[in-house]
Amino acid sequence: MVLLRKLHGCFTLLTMMGALYAIFVIAPRELTMGIVQKIFYFHVSAAWIGFFGIYVVFFCSLIFLIKGGRQWDIRAASAAEVGVIFFTLNLVSGPIWAKPVWGIWWTWDARLTTSFILWLIYLGYLMIRRLVENPEQRARLSAVVSILGSIDAPIVYMANRWWRTQHPQPVVAGDSNSGLHPDMQVALLLTLMAFTMLFFYLWKTRINLERAREDVDILRKTVQYYIKEAR
Amino acid sequence: MTDNPVVLLENVEKWFGQNIGLQDISIKVNKGEFVVLLGRNGAGKSTLLRILTRLSKPNSGGVQVCGMNVQHETEHIQKKIGFVGHNTLLYSHLTARENLHFYAKLYEIKNPKEQIKTALKNAALEFNADRPVRGFSRGMQQRLAIARATLHHPELILLDEPYTGLDLESAELLSGQIQQWLTTGRTIIMATHDLEQCFGDVSKWILLDKGQIVETLMGDVSVIHRRYRQFLQSLN
Amino acid sequence: MKFFNQTTTILMKEILSEYKTKDVLISMLLFGLLVILMFNFAFEPDSEEIRNFGPGLLWMTFIFSGLLGMNRTFAGEKENKVLEGLMLAPISWNSIYLGKMLANLLFMLLAESIILCLFSLFFNYAIWSRIEWMAIITFLGTLGFSAVGTLLAAVSMNTRMSEVMLPILLLPLALPVILSVVLATTANFSTPPEQNSMIFWIKVLIAYDVIFITVPLMLFDYVLEE
Repeated sequence: MVLLRKLHGCFTLLTMMGALYAIFVIAPRELTMGIVQKIFYFHVSAAWIGFFGIYVVFFCSLIFLIKGGRQWDIRAASAAEVGVIFFTLNLVSGPIWAKPVWGIWWTWDARLTTSFILWLIYLGYLMIRRLVENPEQRARLSAVVSILGSIDAPIVYMANRWWRTQHPQPVVAGDSNSGLHPDMQVALLLTLMAFTMLFFYLWKTRINLERAREDVDILRKTVQYYIKEAR
Repeated sequence: MTDNPVVLLENVEKWFGQNIGLQDISIKVNKGEFVVLLGRNGAGKSTLLRILTRLSKPNSGGVQVCGMNVQHETEHIQKKIGFVGHNTLLYSHLTARENLHFYAKLYEIKNPKEQIKTALKNAALEFNADRPVRGFSRGMQQRLAIARATLHHPELILLDEPYTGLDLESAELLSGQIQQWLTTGRTIIMATHDLEQCFGDVSKWILLDKGQIVETLMGDVSVIHRRYRQFLQSLN
Repeated sequence: MKFFNQTTTILMKEILSEYKTKDVLISMLLFGLLVILMFNFAFEPDSEEIRNFGPGLLWMTFIFSGLLGMNRTFAGEKENKVLEGLMLAPISWNSIYLGKMLANLLFMLLAESIILCLFSLFFNYAIWSRIEWMAIITFLGTLGFSAVGTLLAAVSMNTRMSEVMLPILLLPLALPVILSVVLATTANFSTPPEQNSMIFWIKVLIAYDVIFITVPLMLFDYVLEE
């Protein structure tokens, strides 16, 4: 198992390096935007993984509610923590890219708005986990919230899309896959792969951390018990 | 006599995260019995009672009430159980009568007006029936809570430390009611951590500690007193 | 039929409680009035600006006062733990959800009607010409908001900071409702009224309402469990 983890880690690192190479060496410089455009690869991939993450949380939460079992709760919560990082990356990289290129920090187009809303839902999920004492209740309540959020996500996206067809706003990133140079497509795909690998690696790490924490807790309680008995 | 126990718990376990609520509990209670759960605070008495209603689900083990599985036939079973817990479960802005009327509707009681009138009389609350509950004393609220819990004439009555904080008059009323329930063939399970009240007709006493059954005692109240005191001293 | 009776019993109890205390309605109305006051000082809107921003301001007022009312739904249950009394009864827990949701809907609609009149008064905003459509939009929007809000109020009730958690959870999830009602209201009151746009957003509201009454009904049991 440890070997598998190490392999996973190495592979993630390799794909990351490959992606970076593709982004900075292979993919051509964009005509108008220059080097700043390269943020695009990170921005879009982070968004994809954020969305993917929310559905991982959804899936694990659903199984937890139906089948039960602490493992699924740990998986859901860990995926949420990792996913929120990717969305944060997405939301932060957006303005960094938009300002030099388009002159505006932010725009309420469908994609960005949905990312923002989902980020808030993630945060709501994580806040619930912090504010509920009882572990079973914590698991169930956060599962319910994540299910609501995941069902809401496509509705939020569509509602924003329809709104923006009526009231167009500048769209940051344009249509991401239209008119992309083939080398750029390669770079994007590699980055996506790298981020996916990273997501799974971080997710597994977080799950292991949580399990280790529980083991320590049990050990500590056992030791305390024996000390008390010995007295 | 009967192989149809009113309550049957088999190897019930309940965990709260990492903490044990109940461990390997197996109890059988027959019709008409009066069972008392004894133990310190946190022993698992309340948890056990709550598992018999559907307020709490066990992590493993079987729970049957009147031959029905609690998880599956909940609505049928709820009609057979009356529960009086630490909280009064009363709406403080509504009057006593309105509270009872609401629960009468939920339990689909026939002839609600008559039943409510009788219940208020038994609880010695006829003259306060139309006052909001928030003006009631602790004793009055407890009496009303018991009236609420037994309005639908349940077969099984669960009491969680019902004597706590009661004045003498209310305590005597409660003891009288328990006697009456036993005469009409109801089954009672009561949790308590002190033995100040003298319970004459108890069928058996189950001593709980840290979620496990320590002992099941039967016999004279004074014997039980002694044994319980012994047990408490052994813990220190 | 039985389910319907159970829901009605709970709804009637909520109305009776509210009739006695009038907590929810008074706080919603007062708060709504204060928000309108704030808007006036913050914006100093003239009739042209009000034409543009009116629907948005109106719905923000509705939503903030609605949040206040929603919190009270389950906050009141904490006293004496009366929710357990409901959970012990031989009823489907879904009737608890539906009863409270309908009560929330009713109280919000009541408050909204009054706030709407006040809004029209203070901002000289003409609403009476297309009031039927306004009524439909308000009803559908409040229904969606109440449907999700009631479930989330039950969720928040179990957390340490329940008054704060409810808006944090509800507002992102209710975004499609907020968007739809504002756009539908704007379309309704523009001159000439944009019928197609309004109908479109009404359809979105209906879809949202159907989904977000069904899903909470499936999830409510899990929220109440101990």
